[in-house]
Amino acid sequence: MKHLLAVLVENHPGVLSKVSGLFSRRGFNIHSLAVCVTEDPSISRITIVVEGDEYVVEQVTKQLNKLIDVIKVSKISQDSVTRELALIKVRADSQTRHEIIEIINIFRAQIVDVAKDHLIVEITGDSEKITALVDMLRDYDIKEMVRTGAIALDRGSKMIRYEDIDRGGYQNGCNVL
Amino acid sequence: MKLTGAQVLVECLREQGVDTIFGYPGGAVLSIYDALYDADDIRHILTAHEQGATHAADGYARATGKVGVVIVTSGPGATNTVTGIATAYMDSVPIVVFTGQVANSLIGKDSFQEVDITGITNPITKHNYIVKDAEQLPHIIRQAFSIARSGRPGPVLVDIPKDIQTTIIDYTPKKIETKESNSSNQLEQVDFDNIKKAIDAINDSQRPVIYAGGGVNIAGANDKLVEFAEKIKAPVSCSLMGMGAFPGDHPYYMGMVGMHGTRYSNYAFSNCDLIIAMGARFSDRVVSNVEKFAPKAKIIHVDIDPAELGKNVMTHIQVCGDVGQILDIFNRHVQEKQESSWNKQIEEWKKAYPLKYKCNGNLSPQYIIEKLYELTEGQAILTTEVGQNQMWAAQFYKFSQPRTFISSGGLGTMGYGLGASIGAALGRPDKKVINVAGDGSFRMNSTELATVSRYQIPIIQLVLNNSSLGMVRQWQDLFYNKRYSHSQLGQGVDFIKLAEAYGIKAFKLDHNDQVESVLSQALELKEPVLIECVIHPDDKVYPIVPPGAGIDELID
Repeated sequence: MKHLLAVLVENHPGVLSKVSGLFSRRGFNIHSLAVCVTEDPSISRITIVVEGDEYVVEQVTKQLNKLIDVIKVSKISQDSVTRELALIKVRADSQTRHEIIEIINIFRAQIVDVAKDHLIVEITGDSEKITALVDMLRDYDIKEMVRTGAIALDRGSKMIRYEDIDRGGYQNGCNVL
Repeated sequence: MKLTGAQVLVECLREQGVDTIFGYPGGAVLSIYDALYDADDIRHILTAHEQGATHAADGYARATGKVGVVIVTSGPGATNTVTGIATAYMDSVPIVVFTGQVANSLIGKDSFQEVDITGITNPITKHNYIVKDAEQLPHIIRQAFSIARSGRPGPVLVDIPKDIQTTIIDYTPKKIETKESNSSNQLEQVDFDNIKKAIDAINDSQRPVIYAGGGVNIAGANDKLVEFAEKIKAPVSCSLMGMGAFPGDHPYYMGMVGMHGTRYSNYAFSNCDLIIAMGARFSDRVVSNVEKFAPKAKIIHVDIDPAELGKNVMTHIQVCGDVGQILDIFNRHVQEKQESSWNKQIEEWKKAYPLKYKCNGNLSPQYIIEKLYELTEGQAILTTEVGQNQMWAAQFYKFSQPRTFISSGGLGTMGYGLGASIGAALGRPDKKVINVAGDGSFRMNSTELATVSRYQIPIIQLVLNNSSLGMVRQWQDLFYNKRYSHSQLGQGVDFIKLAEAYGIKAFKLDHNDQVESVLSQALELKEPVLIECVIHPDDKVYPIVPPGAGIDELID
């Protein structure tokens, strides 16, 4: 089973390697990982899709919480808004181009580059949608593909708060490490 | 106050109340050593090797409860500390390691003696830093100490590039509260629901067992544990790290549990209806086969590290918090019990299956440890190397105070003991310190005899010499058809001459009859001593739980 974790971390160099290193040395499987700075430039948000049962998710969460640079770890619910993005370079000559465009329209994807016998398709969506398009395009000879990890936000007013977490001063004994 | 980075480091060490550091100078820490040259109030112990320095700082920390400090240079100096840092990490020992680094402008260029030590030590430190901005230096050092000693303690590394050491910054002294204030601060985080459940389970239990780990020693909760055990009339077993957490001569004490635990400990775990784990982590050396572990028991797990709860063994009631604080609550609220048929059963097992040993040669290692216990009246600090020597020390010396058994439990670092004994002896000059070693592990870091000799540290090296890697040989004997593949060391080293080369007095023991007189002589001396004890390679550590078996399926 796949689980989505949103991890707020200090925006320092080296933090990502601390987080990703933890996964490999504890034997957890990362399905995907996406990271970028948040609305607060001192904080980065890492979205991790981890594969495993409840035991694994609990252990991942607890171990992540022990990292000093981790500000907060939150589990994102299954019905959240989740998006990935993919760029797919597919072979498209005059004979196949129309069929491909038809498929792309069905998926509400976009063509972002056209050449004599190639197209680059851009698609955003959840994991299943992108996989479905990729499967359809396989028949037309995919030449190159790049895909991001998932990013996600919980729906409605639910959000991850960190304002009340004391980040600046590390206080003796307050963090159970 | 305007000071160089190196001077700020020394000032910050003073802030933390550091009186002893272990280290080894080199190119990338010249400025730091220059600042140390004037610091008469900080005793610097120059070891023979950076690994020895790290083990010494670790031994110092374990013996005193204070943070151990190491200063080494970049590159090989830094990598030589890695085994010592990993040892401290596995056993939750607070040390801060300062490594020199090439100047910021040279980082990433494969410069001379450059190594990415923060990258290397990521998995074995609680946290590490590379200082990029000199202004941050005092803040980072203060945080490093704070992180090392708080919560579940552990090692922290601070990598300081050469240019940072010479940059002049503004330093404002700060008063540091070095006494840990875990207990008062964490009260709000304590999970009262689960504590209530734990108390109910304790009250309901007919056959409780207490499983004490290193956390009890770290928390200094030993007296509280005795009060608790006496109140609920529960027998107590310790993990290797828990040695000294409960008095070895107490009637409720059952010794170690697990792979080389006593039969009665292991039987008690397999037959109890409740295990109360205090500051222990259910290591595979304790549990053996998880499927067969404590089949009849409910488990209460108390630990300060939330990640330990439910990690190795499924536990029923999990309480996160300081062991001392939780014991206080238990002691106030659990009902006093009466001794029952369960206590009688334990006594019967104790009588039927005492720790015993047979001597294959003229000198028995277990007898030496028993005599050592008698002659020191249980008041000494024992450090150990790893293997048979370690297990015999744990089994046959009755530790009754915390921080008196100092051993690499988690990582099992051969070569740990000598360095650790140096640190322990410097930290606790009031105590006699004996390093129980095997010939194999002693040979690994025996270069530190130079340090022992140079500073005339009055430690006894008790080298149990069976001319082999005893524990490896024991496993080959029991489980590999006596095929002693590369575990026989032969008589290659004359330990008496080795000691004498360092100007250290040495004795040779080869018969049980001599043990008492030689040990008493050595204990009287106020100088370093080495005692070589010639033992038979067939002497084994028993009982032992074979691989894959339940802990009650011991052989001896």
